[in-house]
Amino acid sequence: MGMSYNEKVIEYFKNPKNVGTLEEPDGYAKEGSPACGDMVSLYLKVDDETREITDIKFESYGCASNIATGSIITEMAKGKTIEEAKEITWQEAAEELGGLPDLKTHCSVLAVDALREAIRNYEERQGIGEEKRETTQEVVEERLTHVMNPMKGRDVMKTGLIDSVEVEDGSITVNVALESDHQFASAIKEDIEEKLEPRWDVEKVVVRFVGG
Amino acid sequence: MKEETIYLDNAASTKVDERVMEAMEPYMLETYAVATSDFAYSMGIEAKEALNSAREKIADRLKGDSGEMIFTSGGTESSNLALKGAAEKLLEKEGKDHIVISKIEDFPVLNTAKVLEKKGFEVTYLDVDQEGFVDIEQLEGSLKDETILVSIQHANQEIGTLQDIKKIAEICEDHDVLYHADATHTFGRVPLDVSKIPVDMITLSSHTIHGPRGIGALYVREGTPLKKQMDGGFQENNLRAGVENIPAAVGFGKAVELIDEEENERLEEMRDRLIEGISSKIPDTVLNGPRKKRTPQNANITFQYVEGESITLHLDMRGIAVSTGSACFSKSLEASHVILGIGGDHERAHGSVRFTLGRFNDEEQVKKVIEEAAEVIERLREISPLGKGGE
Repeated sequence: MGMSYNEKVIEYFKNPKNVGTLEEPDGYAKEGSPACGDMVSLYLKVDDETREITDIKFESYGCASNIATGSIITEMAKGKTIEEAKEITWQEAAEELGGLPDLKTHCSVLAVDALREAIRNYEERQGIGEEKRETTQEVVEERLTHVMNPMKGRDVMKTGLIDSVEVEDGSITVNVALESDHQFASAIKEDIEEKLEPRWDVEKVVVRFVGG
Repeated sequence: MKEETIYLDNAASTKVDERVMEAMEPYMLETYAVATSDFAYSMGIEAKEALNSAREKIADRLKGDSGEMIFTSGGTESSNLALKGAAEKLLEKEGKDHIVISKIEDFPVLNTAKVLEKKGFEVTYLDVDQEGFVDIEQLEGSLKDETILVSIQHANQEIGTLQDIKKIAEICEDHDVLYHADATHTFGRVPLDVSKIPVDMITLSSHTIHGPRGIGALYVREGTPLKKQMDGGFQENNLRAGVENIPAAVGFGKAVELIDEEENERLEEMRDRLIEGISSKIPDTVLNGPRKKRTPQNANITFQYVEGESITLHLDMRGIAVSTGSACFSKSLEASHVILGIGGDHERAHGSVRFTLGRFNDEEQVKKVIEEAAEVIERLREISPLGKGGE
């Protein structure tokens, strides 16, 4: 893959499709954060009978590859069932765009993550899919891979920002290896709560800052 | 025909002035000899005279002596020579091992200091305030017996902040510490007089003032302890070996000659128009750096809720070249250390756009840039999930 954007990416960047929001969406996700330089919001309407995605919209705060991937992924997902849409990979999206610069992987993976998260959000609301699974430590740790470490531009798990996780009777404590007065402390706390609170068996999420 | 690019990245590099090109040409095609001693053949003597005449023009601009001007391959080499040269010399001679820089220095100073730190030198990184001004009290408090040198830029590369260089130089003089200033973004544009301000070394650049690349200079006040970094022959006062780049030096001299106060005032007016135009026409913008005490050619503005790479790409498609402090734009994927240094968050860095003016910009272009920027920002904000009241 080259270093700069091809014409198709530029075209999608200039004229992105399916931009906007949906009133009362059946599924919604927000991935990334402004601090990381990239953020995607994604809205779904799903037919409850056929499980088909009938409408999909996205918004992007990000670079060209983020906007272009957001656009292509909504086009690819529209009309597919949620099971099919879940299978769409970043590679497929990148291929559909005729290739993306290597350096931009992170920005475009975000759009794919947003789609999967919006579907998961739909399933959670419906109480279907694997989401009836009990929230164990492993599940919490997996969810935390969707929380960004703004200092590194990668998730908090991979960057060692999570000191430890405790799960007990629907109450989750996440210990973050940062000082509580750190410039990103409140943003990270909010992000963690947002990823864990919607789970069906979670009653309380406590985020503690235990120092770096 | 494609419309001409409106080039507003003059802090990165500039278009070479045709008069500079013309001045250089004879030293490649006619007087192409190296600079020889006065007792050699005439072409070499002529070349030497051209080199020294360029040296004088550059030194004159600083009110310095031409014997204090060392030609280098550019600003990066100049700063390397200043920091490494002084550090090594004074470690050897006096056992000193401490260096002070500001945390918003450009990479030649910042990364040279980091290399010295790895080698065992202690480096203090001074904080700056919200407009980019160095904390003078912290500077004074940081100086100690072991301090070799302070390196604080004359003006910042991204946000244009003009430091109180006189005050800094005087503090260093009082404490018997060397002072180096990177003047890459002020030389020719903002006066600096070494007969009045006790700076010991100054990094100078040619390609930021419509001169050629591949040449720069380091002003070295007589008697400054400095260890040669490029070994070889005895050129440049025996401080920098290598056959002199005479055509480029002549071009550099010409470039200095071509800058006048009138031009700098014109740039300042355009800068103000750009800042005022953008902040009155586009909502939710933040000016990075001070309003007045900044270089005449620099405007740096954060557009909230949108990301810089997308802005620059859209502007590029409209024929406008600018740069941004966004991580996405950089080769390192790191957000601007300058915007973070002045206490801005990552979001402020990601949405920041630097507009830097030069000789070949005019009022018409400034007007067009304001209009195009307003359209681009509006468009990108329509796509953005941020800033719509719900956040």
